[in-house]
Amino acid sequence: MIKDITLGQYLPGDSVIHRLDPRVKIILSTLYVINLFIINKFIGYLYVAIFTAFVIFIAKIPFKYIMKSLKPIIWLLLFTAVFNVLLTPGEIVYAKFGPFAITDKGVYLAGFMIIRIVFLIVGTSVLTLTTSPIALTDGIELLLNPFKKIGVPAHELAMMMTIALRFIPTLIDETDKIIKAQKARGADFESGNIINRAKNLIPILVPLFINSFRRADELALAMEARCYRGGEGRTRMKQFNIEKNDYISIIVMVGFIIISILSRR
Amino acid sequence: MENMVEISNVFYGYKKHDQAEEFLALRGVNLKVKKGEFLVVIGHNGSGKSTLSKHINAIYLPKEGDVVVNGMNTKDTEKLWEIRQSAGMVFQNPDNQIVATIVEEDVAFGPENMGVEPSEIRKRVESALKAVRMEEYSKHAPHLLSGGQKQRVAIAGILAMKPKCIILDEPTAMLDPSGRKEVIETIKKLNKEEGITIILITHFMEEAVDADRVVVMDDGKIVAEGTPREVFSKVELLKKLGLDVPQVTELAYELKKSGINIRQDIITIDELVEELCQLR
Amino acid sequence: MSIKVNNLTFKYMVGTPFEKTALDNVSLEINDGEFIGLIGHTGSGKSTLIQHLNGLLKPTSGEIYIDNECITSKGIDLKKIRQLVGLVFQYPEHQLFEETVYKDVSYGPKNLGLDEEEIDNRVKWALNIVGIDYDKYKDVSPFDLSGGQKRRVAIAGVIAMQPKVLILDEPTAGLDPKGRDEILQNIKNLHKKSKMTIILVSHSMDDVAELADKLIVMYRGKNIIQGTPKEVFRNVETLESIGLAVPQVKYLVQSLNKNGFNLNEDIITVKEAKDAILKALRREKK
Repeated sequence: MIKDITLGQYLPGDSVIHRLDPRVKIILSTLYVINLFIINKFIGYLYVAIFTAFVIFIAKIPFKYIMKSLKPIIWLLLFTAVFNVLLTPGEIVYAKFGPFAITDKGVYLAGFMIIRIVFLIVGTSVLTLTTSPIALTDGIELLLNPFKKIGVPAHELAMMMTIALRFIPTLIDETDKIIKAQKARGADFESGNIINRAKNLIPILVPLFINSFRRADELALAMEARCYRGGEGRTRMKQFNIEKNDYISIIVMVGFIIISILSRR
Repeated sequence: MENMVEISNVFYGYKKHDQAEEFLALRGVNLKVKKGEFLVVIGHNGSGKSTLSKHINAIYLPKEGDVVVNGMNTKDTEKLWEIRQSAGMVFQNPDNQIVATIVEEDVAFGPENMGVEPSEIRKRVESALKAVRMEEYSKHAPHLLSGGQKQRVAIAGILAMKPKCIILDEPTAMLDPSGRKEVIETIKKLNKEEGITIILITHFMEEAVDADRVVVMDDGKIVAEGTPREVFSKVELLKKLGLDVPQVTELAYELKKSGINIRQDIITIDELVEELCQLR
Repeated sequence: MSIKVNNLTFKYMVGTPFEKTALDNVSLEINDGEFIGLIGHTGSGKSTLIQHLNGLLKPTSGEIYIDNECITSKGIDLKKIRQLVGLVFQYPEHQLFEETVYKDVSYGPKNLGLDEEEIDNRVKWALNIVGIDYDKYKDVSPFDLSGGQKRRVAIAGVIAMQPKVLILDEPTAGLDPKGRDEILQNIKNLHKKSKMTIILVSHSMDDVAELADKLIVMYRGKNIIQGTPKEVFRNVETLESIGLAVPQVKYLVQSLNKNGFNLNEDIITVKEAKDAILKALRREKK
C-alpha cells in the first residue's frame, strides 16, 4: 500500500532532535548529504554509520521505521547495484558475459553507491520523521524568505506544500475508494496489454481529477472565508528561535564533517 | 445596534454554464438576525439557502439590495476582512476546509491570516480547542479524526478568529448520528455560553427544534418564519416543499386529519403524550 | 440468491502496532429476495462486511457462500461474483466519469461483455428504475445534473448490471429529504419488481424501519442484534448504548403506555402509531 511508505511521514516525539529548529535541521541534513559524497573511503562510511545510529538513538526512532523507509527503494538499490557491477570497466575481471563484465572496480563502485543511497534515504528520513511537515514547510519558507526580493515566492511555495501534505492522505483514500467502486462495476485493472491497461485507468483518473478540482474550489472558499490573503501581513503561531541545542548540533555536525574530510586521506 | 445581520431586499443571480439566461438564486430576501440569536434556515437543495449564507460572509455580493453585518455593508471592500472575521463560516465537507496537517496549526490559520501576535494566537487556539472539547487532539493529524471531530476543529478554527457570528452551511450533512450530535451540541453551547450569534443551515429538522427562530426558504425566497413550533405546525407547507417534520408533529397532523381534535403545534413526545391523555 | 457468512474475521495491518480487528467472527444468513437493513455507526464494521460480500476484500479467516458457492476460496472468478453482487458505494456520484449519462450507465454492462442490444435494454431499464428520463438525459453529461440526479445515475450504473444481490452503502447520505425519499422509493420499487436481494446500509432508523424485512445491527465488528425491525427495536437500551436511536414513535408509544394507554409495544412507524392511537381513542369513546 502507498500508505505504508514512511518516507516523508512524521513520527511525533519530544526528543532533542525533534525540538531542533527546522531551519537548522534542514541545513544540517543538507550538509550531511553533501558529506556523503565527500567521503571516498569505506572507513568514512563507518563514521557515518556510527554518527547516524547515534542521531537515530537520541531521536528515539524505532529501527523498524528506518527499515520501512528503505523498503520502497529496494528496486532502485538493486538496479543501481547491477548497473554499476556490470558496466564499470576495471583491472581485475571476475567474470564476463558478452559486453558485460564483473570487475573489482564495479563491485567497489556498486558498494559505494548502495551505501550512499541508503544513508541518503536514512538521513533524510530522520529529518522527515522528526520534523512535522508543517515545521518543515515553515523551515523552508523561512530559509527562502531572504530570496523573496529576487522573486522567490517563498510563502506561496510553502502554502502549496502544506496543502499537498494535508491532502495526500485524503486523495489516497479517495483513489482507493474509486478503484474499489469501479472494480465493483466489473472493471479489470489487472489483465490486458499496456494500452488496454492505460485505457482502464480513465474511470479512475477522471473522477479523481474532478473530485480534486471540487475539493480545491471548496478549500479556496474556506481559506478566503478565514481571511486568507497571501503571505502579506501574516503572522505565525509557532515562533522559531535558535537555541543552545541548535548551536550544539551545529558544532557536532561541523566536527563530524571535519572527521569525514580527514578520512579522505 | 441590535442586529447582527441585516439583509434587505437581496437579489442574486448567476449564469449556469449551459444556459443563456441568468438563474435567480435569491429573489428579494429580507432577514434580520439579532445579536445572540440562534437562527436555523431550512429548505431543500437549490432553495437558495446556501447562496444566502455566502452573502453574510461577503463571499457573494448582492446584485441588488444590501447585506449589513455588524454595522458593515458587505459592498464596502475596505471592510471585507473585518466582515469575514466577525462572521465566520463553517462548510459542509469537513475534509475540504481543514488546511493544515496538525489540528492546532489549522486552528491558528485564521488568526495568522489576520496578523495576530504569536503569543495571543497560542492563547486563542487553546481556548478555541477547549470550547469545542478537542484540546486532547491538538497535536493530531486531522485526516485521522472522525467527521464530527473534524467539524469541531473547523468550528474551533473560526472561534480563534473571535467572531461575533458563525454561519454553518449544512455542517452535519455528511456526518453519522453521533457526529451530528457532537456538532449540534457544540453549536448550542457556543450560542448559550459565549453569546455567539448562530445561523445554522440544515435539512435535519431535529436540529431546528431548539432554535430561537426558524426560516424556511424556497425558490430564492423566505416562505415561512417563526419559532420552531410555529413553523413545524405548518406540516402541509413543509411537506409540499419536500421537507421533514418531527415524527410526533406528523403524527399529530395525521390524527387531526382522521378527525381527532388535537393541537397542531406539537413538537415533542411529552407534548403529544399530554394531549392524547387529555383526549381519553 | 441466498448469502451465508461463516465466522468471518478481518484484520487490518496484521503484525503492525496498528493491527485492528474490523470484523470479529461474524456469522449470518440472508435469504433470497430479502430486504436487509444493515445498521451501525461509523467504524462498526458494516462497510468492511459489504466489501467482503463482493470480493473486494479477502477475509483473514472465515467463508462466505453465495447460493452455496464459496466466494472466499482461492481461484474463484471475481468477475462472476461482481456480476452476482452489485455494490453501490457511499457518494457514488463521485465515481461518474463518462461524457454522457448513457455511456456511464453502460460501463458496468459493457464490462460484463454483453452485446449492444442487451446493453441498450439494460441502460433504459436501469434509468427507468431510478426515475431518470432516458430520452431526455441519455446524452447529457452526468456532471451537469443536480446532486440527487447524479446520485441516481450512479446507482443506475450498478443496477444495470442486474445483480442478484444489490448492496447500497448509505445511498441517501448528504441528500435533502426530498432526494432521500426519491431514492428510497426507487429502491423499494426495484425490490418489489425484480425480487433482488437488497442490503441497505444506513444509520437512519426511520428509513430502515419502513423498508427492511430484517435488520442486522453491527457494533465493534460484531453483528450483535438481528431480526425483523420490530424485534430489533425492542432492544431500545442496547441500541441507545451503542449510539443508535430507535424511531421517535417508539419512544412515544412507550411513554403513552406508561400513562395508561395499552398500545402494541412493537409499533415503529408513524402510520402504525396513528392506526393504533385512533383505535384506542375510539374504543374508549364507546
